[in-house]
Amino acid sequence: MATADDLKFQEFDDAANLLAANPDATTISIDEPEIPKNQHSRLQEPGREEDDELLGTDDSDKTELLAGQKKSAPFWTFDYYQTFFDVDTYQVLDRIKGSVFPVPGKNFVRLYIRSNPDLYGPFWICATLVFTIAVSGNLSNFFIHLGKPTYHYVPEFRKVSIAATTIYAYAWLVPLALWGFLMWRNTKVMNIVSYSFLEIVCVYGYSLFIYIPTAILWIIPQKVVRWVLMVFSLCLSGSVLVMTFWPAVRDDNRRVAVATVAAILLLHALLAVGCLAYFFDAPELDIPAPIIPAHNGTTVVTKSH
Amino acid sequence: FPGLADVSISQDIPVEGEITVPVGSNSPDEDYSTLDEPVKDTIMRDLKAVGKKFVHVMYPRKSSALLRDWDLWGPLVLCVALALMLQGGSADSKDDGGPQFAEVFVIIWFGAVVITLNSKLLGGTISFFQSLCVLGYCVMPLTVAMLVCRLVLLAGGGTMGAVRVPLLLLLHVFCVSTASTAFLADSQPPNRKALVVYPIFLFYFVISWMILTFTPQ
Repeated sequence: MATADDLKFQEFDDAANLLAANPDATTISIDEPEIPKNQHSRLQEPGREEDDELLGTDDSDKTELLAGQKKSAPFWTFDYYQTFFDVDTYQVLDRIKGSVFPVPGKNFVRLYIRSNPDLYGPFWICATLVFTIAVSGNLSNFFIHLGKPTYHYVPEFRKVSIAATTIYAYAWLVPLALWGFLMWRNTKVMNIVSYSFLEIVCVYGYSLFIYIPTAILWIIPQKVVRWVLMVFSLCLSGSVLVMTFWPAVRDDNRRVAVATVAAILLLHALLAVGCLAYFFDAPELDIPAPIIPAHNGTTVVTKSH
Repeated sequence: FPGLADVSISQDIPVEGEITVPVGSNSPDEDYSTLDEPVKDTIMRDLKAVGKKFVHVMYPRKSSALLRDWDLWGPLVLCVALALMLQGGSADSKDDGGPQFAEVFVIIWFGAVVITLNSKLLGGTISFFQSLCVLGYCVMPLTVAMLVCRLVLLAGGGTMGAVRVPLLLLLHVFCVSTASTAFLADSQPPNRKALVVYPIFLFYFVISWMILTFTPQ
């Protein structure tokens, strides 16, 4: 199929020829205001070769055109929100695969999202993560305390609401803050790469996927195993985030850029460590002191909560 | 309409006939005045409809009985029953216990609403209340399992811990498959079936987990 350039000139020629042949024919003109704007901006940056690699292939221009024309419904209609769920099964699976196996040098947003951010992935990955952490934590505690005679199993259902609040706040408020920050920096320093709020939510949502199998594996009651798993998943999802946001801040002041990326990684690590510490009891619980009986109204486990 | 100007009816052809508006309705229970019948009949008709849906959940066939005449009585009864039965499992401290009544209620109804919205946003043609109806009725096997567990507990037979796991696993798969077949009965776009079924899987997994971890005080 022809590129954006060829398409425009071909249209013009055909219409002129046809009109010359048949002056009385009715003509219909299709307005595509996006084309000149995009051509103009592409012409202005011929030297940014390395950005092309990160920006993806030429297809991203066309999909941006289509995407720009997609979201035209007003925000109070149902159709507006339907544009955020315009993904097929294989697309969701591809995005998940891209977040778990980050390709060095390739930008997750440009490679997989390509101006079609979806809300399905972030929302359901967060929901799955909430329940996985709560269930795995409960199971892990159950297996750790299994043999002890004074242990009374408790379902700890309150932790589900705490997990839900934490994870949804992280996956939606941190992108909001980051987006606001990037917009603010954009007014000071002209960045080539800028992301919409939904794309940032997408990246964060899909980057949380690696924690789902990690949480299941955290049932294994070995401290070393748990920390190795955590570092491994942190590296994978952290690299996705870094590779996404480094191009967006690297044109800025050096210190601001490094500080931003460091803050992103720090929050991500904090989430992982916090979940591990709060939902999973430590494996070596060899406290010989008597555990306070249940009907006294105090909690059974004496480890710090 | 210029073309009709030259159409005329000659005077010697009699034009006769009857114009009546048919009073009979399309389906038997529309325009049917239920004001004159005894209350017992009204209630029995609704109860029979609910009962038919229960039977349909137990022996699922590929019919659209659940979808066509939806009602929310069955889901309400099942949800309240399940939430009440999960009640007695709170431990000593409120923080560590099982789900409270409000939590179960909210999880079931809010979860069903979210799944419905999800399926509609992905382009499904199922209506809002039809979907709530299907999801609510398909909780029935799990509610029956919970009832059995509680009866066994009452009779002093222990918590059936080891039996609960495979039983609930089986029932979970059964519920998900029933709900999915009713859902996916040609109302979803073809490339997104897995995207629609996965939240249903998660929903029934959470309910099964709540039943599995029920421990009486």
